[in-house]
This record gives sequence, C-alpha cells and structure tokens, in this order.
Amino acid sequence: MSLSPDQLRRLTRLARIAVSEDESGTVAERLNRVLGLIDQLQAVDTGGIEPMSHALDVVQPLRADTVTENDQRSLFQAVAPAVADGLYLVPRVIE
Amino acid sequence: MLDSGLGELQAALAARRVSSVELTQLYLGRIRDLNGPLNAFITVDEKTSLEQARRADERRARGAVGPLTGIPVAHKDIFCTRQLRTTCGSKMLEHYTSPYDAHVVEQFERAGAVQLGKTNMDEFAMGSSNETSYFGPVRNPWDRNRVPGGSSGGSAVAVAARMAPVATGTDTGGSIRQPAALTGVCGLKPTYGLVSRYGMVAFASSLDQGGPMARSAADLALLLNVMAGHDARDSTSLPRAKEDYTRGLALPLNGLRIGLPREYFGEGVEPGVRDCVRAALGWFEKQGARTVPVELPNAALAVPVYYVLAPAEASSNLSRFDGVRYGHRAKEFADLADMYCRTRAEGFGAEVKRRILVGTYVLSHGYYDAYYLKAQKVRRLIARDFAAAFAQCDLIMGPTTPGTAFALGAKMDDPVQMYLNDIFTIPAPLAGLPALSVPCGFDAQGLPVGLQMMGNHFAEAMLLGAAHQYQRATDWHQRVPKEAPL
Repeated sequence: MSLSPDQLRRLTRLARIAVSEDESGTVAERLNRVLGLIDQLQAVDTGGIEPMSHALDVVQPLRADTVTENDQRSLFQAVAPAVADGLYLVPRVIE
Repeated sequence: MLDSGLGELQAALAARRVSSVELTQLYLGRIRDLNGPLNAFITVDEKTSLEQARRADERRARGAVGPLTGIPVAHKDIFCTRQLRTTCGSKMLEHYTSPYDAHVVEQFERAGAVQLGKTNMDEFAMGSSNETSYFGPVRNPWDRNRVPGGSSGGSAVAVAARMAPVATGTDTGGSIRQPAALTGVCGLKPTYGLVSRYGMVAFASSLDQGGPMARSAADLALLLNVMAGHDARDSTSLPRAKEDYTRGLALPLNGLRIGLPREYFGEGVEPGVRDCVRAALGWFEKQGARTVPVELPNAALAVPVYYVLAPAEASSNLSRFDGVRYGHRAKEFADLADMYCRTRAEGFGAEVKRRILVGTYVLSHGYYDAYYLKAQKVRRLIARDFAAAFAQCDLIMGPTTPGTAFALGAKMDDPVQMYLNDIFTIPAPLAGLPALSVPCGFDAQGLPVGLQMMGNHFAEAMLLGAAHQYQRATDWHQRVPKEAPL
C-alpha cells in the first residue's frame, strides 16, 4: 500500500494540516511504513466477531437533564488567541 | 531523605522531623541541580510549590492531616493545573494555562500533596522515547545518551533521579510501564475507568488511563488510593466503591498461578532482559508460586490494532486544536481554512501530525470498515485471549519491553521500529486490563530491566501485592542511577 501524491493532498486537507512540497516526500514515505504495519490486519479472519469499542462491557451512563454549569465565558475566553465582546474572532468568512 | 518512600516521608512529617517546606525545598534543590542535564521537568514554579508546602504545614499544625499532607508530587504535563501551565509537550499548548484542575490533580490536592512541577513527555503522549517533546528529549539517568522511554519519561526520570518522591503518569499503549522499565522505577496502569480522565488531555479516549509512578509498589498502592474513584465528569469513570489498594500488599505467593505467555518469551527479546525476567520468575517459584504456560495467539496483532485505533481516536480528539479557543494560532494566513491548516502545521510536531494523518486515513470514506472496524474486531480477539488465559492463572508475567533503554536518535527515523518497542505493553490496555512494571535487574550494560505483571480487571491489589513481595526480597528499585548520584 502506497499513498499517491493526490491521496496525500486529500488526507492533509481533511486533517487540516498544511504540508509543504519539500516535506511531502518524507511524510508520505513514513506514513507508508505505518500503513504497511496496519495492513497486517487484513489477513486476520474476523468473521462473526463483534467490534469492540470499549474495554469493559458497560453502558453509557446518562445524567439528569438539568443545568449544572454556570456561565464561565470570560474565564474560558481568557486563554483564547483573539476575542472581542465575548465572541471568538476568526478571519472573515463572508464578504 | 531524598531516598525515602512515602511511608518514611509521612512518618518524618508526622513526627515533625521535617516540615513540608523543608522537604519541598530539598526536592526543588535537586531539580535545580539535575534538570539541566536530564530535562525531566517542563515547568517548575518554586514560589507556588513552597506556598502550597507552607499551607500544608499550617494544616498539619491545626491537625487537618490527609494521606499525603505536605508530600511533593510531580504531575505529568498532560494533567491540567490552574496554577502551572499545561503544555502536553507541545508547541500548540506552550503558553496554555488551564482554567480548571484535572480530577487527579484535585484528588492529590484533597489528600494534602504539594505540586512540585510538571514533567516532560512525548508530545500529546505520542511516543516511546520522550524525543517527540517540543521541549526537548528527557535523558536517562542511567546513561544520558539513552532515552528514558515514553511518553511519561519525565515522570519516570523525576522518580528515578530522586527529583520527586512520586509522580503521576498516563498510559495509552505503555506510556507508564515502558519508561518505568527503562529507568528502573515502578509504574501502574490501572483498569480502564478506575481513574478519571477529566482534565487529562485526551489522546485515545478508549485506552487512556492515568496511573501512579514511584520507586516501590507499596507507594503505588498509596497513590492509587488517592487517584482512583468515580467522577461523574468522565462518562467512562466507573461507579465503584473505593478500595484500599494497600490491603493486598501481604499477598501470599504460595499457590499463586503465574501465566507465562509463549509470545512474550520468543526471539526479539534481548538476552539481558530475558535473563533478568527468568531469574525473577524463579524467585516467585521458590516462594511457592506455580508458573503455567498460557497463550495469547493474537498478541502480535496488538501493535497494528493499536496503530489503527489510537490514531483514529487521536485524529478526532486533536481536531479541537484549531487556533480559535485556546493554544497556538498561526500569525499569517489567507482565510479561515488556511488559518486551521497553518496553525496545526506549526503547532504540532512530526509524530503527532503522522498519527492524525493515519487516523484520518483509517476513518475516511472507503477505509472505515477495512481498517477501523477490522481493528475493533481484532481488539476483541485479543481481549478474548486474555479472558481465556485468566481462566488458567491469577497473574500474567513477562518482560515489560523487549530491550533496555536505547540510544537517543536510534529509532527516530523509523516510526515502525519505535512502535514495536511497545509490543508487550500494548495488549493490556486494548483489553482494559491493569498492568504494572517493577524493576527486576540490570543488563550487561548496567541498564534497568522491567518485569511486567498483568492482571484481570480490578486485580490491582493482587498485582501490587506480588510486586511488593518481590521488592521486599530485592533491592533493584533502591539502586541509584549512575548519572544522578545522591
């Protein structure tokens, strides 16, 4: 299994990670080694086996549908890169 | 005093032979002396630690004494703390200070402990050598040209070099046990769900588990008493009654059935590791324990399963780092999408990016069934192997790692070689099982070897008891690293 340059571009776009032309060769080569490792799984017979998503067979606990949190907006926004008037600032998306 | 365990420190504090301020100053001095060469701590704030120590002494004077009142503890820099920044070993969080404390941090505060600082780690806990940290590699005090293991390498070295009496760590695929083995200390990964993940920066949520690191199993038991317990803020935290993990320390070894998986004693294990582990098993047999062969036929698949599931979960968990609500934001960008892409390209290191890309790949359209679901099915096969093995034995033992500490830089160019270092530690968390590593000797180069013990779900007390009995008869854990003399 080997990633094509197009597949790598698609992947980096999906993951929102910029990869420069210079880096892409090394990134692809090392990714391919990992994909080679995980490809071993294809040979395993897993017919009739239920996927295991949790280490213990427990059910998801649900809490009561009541308000338990108080407003801590200013505390949480104190660590944000850019805020104004209680809002998070991002680059303009609509002209 | 630097060499004391928790029991001796508690006694010295209770008898007023030492104050918490004096004890904290002692460790802070040791950190000042050794952190330059070893790089075990990312953040130390002497003023904050000494203030906490002063308050602990005040509480003691009033008679308000908890199980760890006045005892300094080092926290892995993955646990959120309000008073010290939390970097997770990443440029992404270099300047991040959390608005809240992790559950584990709160538990230590309630027990009266003093925060000594935040320990270095592989970036976002992704690594087995501590070389992926944005803050530089941690060095092994037994040989500074070698790695301490990872990802909790800073905590392991802090304990091994007596820069902290005890520390916290987290384990996803071996991140407590592997560095414990490579630095000659003890580390326990509890049953999944025993320790709350609230305020622990998420890597792979179905596997991540916090746990204690110390020089003795007896200290691990005292720390687990503080760390374990139900917390409604983590939906995977188990609603179980509190246990006293020191209750099983006097475990009788006569008749104990120790399972030896063939897969853990094959080729690929260095002779120095194999000999130490065999000798330790011989000691257990002399105490009346019985070794029984068991099989974990799918254990070899644990590494590929893990490198599907952990990156898949990581790619989802780390999507929160977008430069909007906290953490690094790129200075230059064309538009919103470009801001995300550049922020993440600048903020994450190569290994973290690689795992996010692998995770994105295995979860993407057309590959989900072939990789992600397939890996979840093989995960169940591995869990079933353990269930069958535990029908025949009480504990499973084997080496923690196939080799001792390797040279800095030796495996950084080949991710797969690095990943295979965790071949013996990855199976237990896939099955949610508790496992610990205890020092069991040194190889010909004088590097520590770890004996791994795995138990059935909630068998922590038995694991700790077996390790404690072994440590009563051996002094491997009391040896002082060559490059950090007392």
